[in-house]
Amino acid sequence: MKNHPISRRALLAGTAAAGALSLTGFPARAEVQWKKYAGTKLEVILAKGPRGDNLQKYIKEFTELTGIQVESEQIPEQQQRQKAVIELASGKPSFDVIHLSYHVQKRQFEKGGWLADMSGYMKDPNLTAPDLVESDFSAAGLQYARNDKGQMLSLPWSVDYFILYYNKEMFQKKGVAVPKTFDEMVAAAEKLTDAKEGTFGFVGRGLRNANMTLWTNFFLNCGGEFLDGKGGILTDGPEAIEATKLYQTLLTKVAPPGVAGFNWMESMASFTQGRSAMWIDGVGWAPPLEDPAASRIVGKVGYTVVPAGPKGQYSATYGDGLGIAAACKNKEAAYLLCQWAVSKTQGARLLQAGGGVPFRNSVLNDPEIQKGVKMPKEWLQSVVDSAKISKLGLPVVIPVAEFRDLVGAALTSTLSGADPATELKKAHEQFRPILERSEKA
Amino acid sequence: MSAVTQTTPAAAEAAPEREWRPPSYWPFVVPALVVVLAVIVFPWLFTIWMSLNQWKVGSPTTFVGLANYVRLPSDPRFVEAVGHTILYTALSVLLPLIFGTLAAVVFHAKFPGRGFLRGIFIMPMMATPVAIALVWTMMFHPQLGVLNYLLSLVGLPPQLWVFHPGTVIPSLVLVETWQWTPLVMLIVLGGLAAIPTEPYESAQIDGAGVWQMFRYITLPLITPFLFIAGMIRMIDAVKSFDIIFAITQGGPGSASETINLYLYSVAFIYYDLGYGSAIAVVFFLLIVAMAAMMLHLRQRTLWTEIGGGA
Repeated sequence: MKNHPISRRALLAGTAAAGALSLTGFPARAEVQWKKYAGTKLEVILAKGPRGDNLQKYIKEFTELTGIQVESEQIPEQQQRQKAVIELASGKPSFDVIHLSYHVQKRQFEKGGWLADMSGYMKDPNLTAPDLVESDFSAAGLQYARNDKGQMLSLPWSVDYFILYYNKEMFQKKGVAVPKTFDEMVAAAEKLTDAKEGTFGFVGRGLRNANMTLWTNFFLNCGGEFLDGKGGILTDGPEAIEATKLYQTLLTKVAPPGVAGFNWMESMASFTQGRSAMWIDGVGWAPPLEDPAASRIVGKVGYTVVPAGPKGQYSATYGDGLGIAAACKNKEAAYLLCQWAVSKTQGARLLQAGGGVPFRNSVLNDPEIQKGVKMPKEWLQSVVDSAKISKLGLPVVIPVAEFRDLVGAALTSTLSGADPATELKKAHEQFRPILERSEKA
Repeated sequence: MSAVTQTTPAAAEAAPEREWRPPSYWPFVVPALVVVLAVIVFPWLFTIWMSLNQWKVGSPTTFVGLANYVRLPSDPRFVEAVGHTILYTALSVLLPLIFGTLAAVVFHAKFPGRGFLRGIFIMPMMATPVAIALVWTMMFHPQLGVLNYLLSLVGLPPQLWVFHPGTVIPSLVLVETWQWTPLVMLIVLGGLAAIPTEPYESAQIDGAGVWQMFRYITLPLITPFLFIAGMIRMIDAVKSFDIIFAITQGGPGSASETINLYLYSVAFIYYDLGYGSAIAVVFFLLIVAMAAMMLHLRQRTLWTEIGGGA
C-alpha cells in the first residue's frame, strides 16, 4: 500500500508506453526478472469471449517481453469448464494456466486443490511489479480469488456487474423518470407497458438456470444472504419469497409474452428492437446495444445501477480470473503470464473495447484510461457505481449448477402462476441434500 | 437358424477323423475383435461399472451397488424427462412419416422441374442442426419472430411457441419435422419406384379412385419402407440433442428436458458420473426396447403382407 502513489504515476506513463515494459522502471526496488524464464513454453485454456480475444491479440507482446512461448486455445464456456474440470481431476492437466469462472467454479477448484498458491509470488519483487498489490483488486475480486486461509489462488481478471439498461426514448414518450427503487421500477414498467402496441416495460432472463443471475439482484436487495454460518442454504426464507414475488410480477405483468423461455439473447433482441423499455443484465452488452448493425436504439440507451430494494442496493457480481494449475511445472513463468494478462495495459484495452471490466481499481478509476473508453460515459459511470455496491451474485458452493437449475426451475414455474413460497420450498428441499453431499465428500 | 443347427452336428462328427489343428483364420479375426472390444465392449462395461459407484469428479469413488438405479424412480426430473422423451419421439416419428409419404407421392408423379424441386425439398436435411436451431429460435421469438407475423397475416393470434411449457415440445418437433421429412421422402420414393405398375392398371379398370389406390395398393406395398424410415427416425429422435439444446436448453423450466439433456447435465455439468452412467444404461435399454418393438411390428406386418407367399 505505501508505494501506491509511485506505482500509480509510473503506470500512467505505462498506458502510453508499449506494454508492460514500463512496469520495470523502478530504480529503487528490485526489478521484475521478466526474462528469467525465457524459452519456457506455456499452455493456456481460455473460455471463448472478449477476454480470450484480448489475451490472444496481444500475446506477442508478452513473448517479446519475457521470451516465454504461449500456446492458447479458446473453447466455448461450457465445454471449457468441462474440459478443465475433467483434466484437473485427472491430476495431469494439459494446460498450465486456466481461465476460470469464479461464480461457478471457485469452491470446486479450492476443494479439489487444483490451483497453485500465488501469495508468495505476489510478495516477491523479482516476480511482481510493485503496482500489483492485492488491495488494488476490488473487494469482490479478492473474495473470489482468496481461499479461506487468505491465499491468492488466482488473479481476478474481469468482473461482470448487473446493471439496468433503459430505453430513453420510451421513457421520454411516457414521461417516466428513471427508477431508483424496485417500487418505482414496477410503477415505471406498468406505465411503459402497452400490450396492444406490443411494447413492454421490462425484459429479463426467464429461462431456468440463466434466470438466477437476474433474480439474485432482487434477492440481495431484499436483504437476502445465500448461506448461513454453517454452510446451509437460505433460499426459502422471507427475503427469497419477496424477491421471487417481485420477479414474478415483473416477468408476468409487464414483460413480453414467452419471457419464461428467454435467455439474454432473446431479452437483448426485444430490448434492441425497442420493444422493451428496461432490461437488467450483465454490464458487457453495451457494445452490441451501441452497434448500428445490430441495434435500433443506438444512442438512446440509458445505463444505471440496479435500483435499490427494501433492504439495500447491491449489484449482483460475477467474474472470471486466471489461475495456475497445481500440477504446472513452470509456475513462475505461468505467474508472469497471469500478471501480464491483468496488467494495467491489458486491463485498459479490455475496458476501452467494452469487452470486460478489470477488477483493478487503478484501471477502472484512471481518468486517462477512462478517456479512451469507446462506450457512452453513462455506461462507464454505471460500472464505476456498481463497483461500489458490488456483492457476489451466487453462493460460493460446489454444486452451483444444480443450485441454479433447481431454484431457477422454481422461478420459471412461478411465471406460469405457481406460488413462490411453495416452489422455493420444493427447490430448497431438493437442493439441500445435494449441497450436504458435496461438502461431505 | 434351423439350417445352421442341422449342419453343426455333421461337422462335429467329421472333425475327429482328421488331426486337430488350430483354426487358421483366427489371426484375421483378432484385429476386428480388438477394435470391437476396445471401442464397444469396454466402454459399455466401464459405463456399467461407473453406474454402480458413487463417482463424482473431484471426490473419491465408492462402490454403492444399485443405489444410483434406486434413485432414478424417485427423481422427479428423470421421470419427467422420460415422459418428454416419449412424447417428443412419438411426434417426431409420426409427423415426418406422414408428411414424407405425402411428399414422396407428390414427387413420384412426373412433372416438369421435378428434379429441381426434389433438390430444393431435401435442402433442410443438409443444414447443420445447431445453425438452423439458432435461426428457428429467432423465428419463434414471440415479439419479433416471423412465425407470429405470418399467423397475424391470416388473422390468428400470436403464439408463444418454444417459450411456453405447453407448446414447447410440439414447436421443437416442428423444427425436427421440417428437417427430417425429406429423409423419409427419399426412402419412400425408393419404395414407390419399386412398385410395379400392373396393380394400378387393373385397379383402374376395376374403377378404383385415387384414394382407394393409395390406401389398398401403395400403402401396403411401401409399408416395409415406412418401417425402415420409422426406425431410423425413431433412433434419431430419441437421442436428439442439438436442436433442443440450442433452442431451449430443456426449458422453459424443464418442459422440454429429454433424457438426453438431463443426462448431459448430470454427467457434464453436475459431474455426477455415477448417476449419469446409470441414466445412460437405462436410456440405452429404453432405445433397445423401442427398436425391438419396431422390429417385432415389422416382422408381423411382413408376415401378413408378403410373408404368406415367401
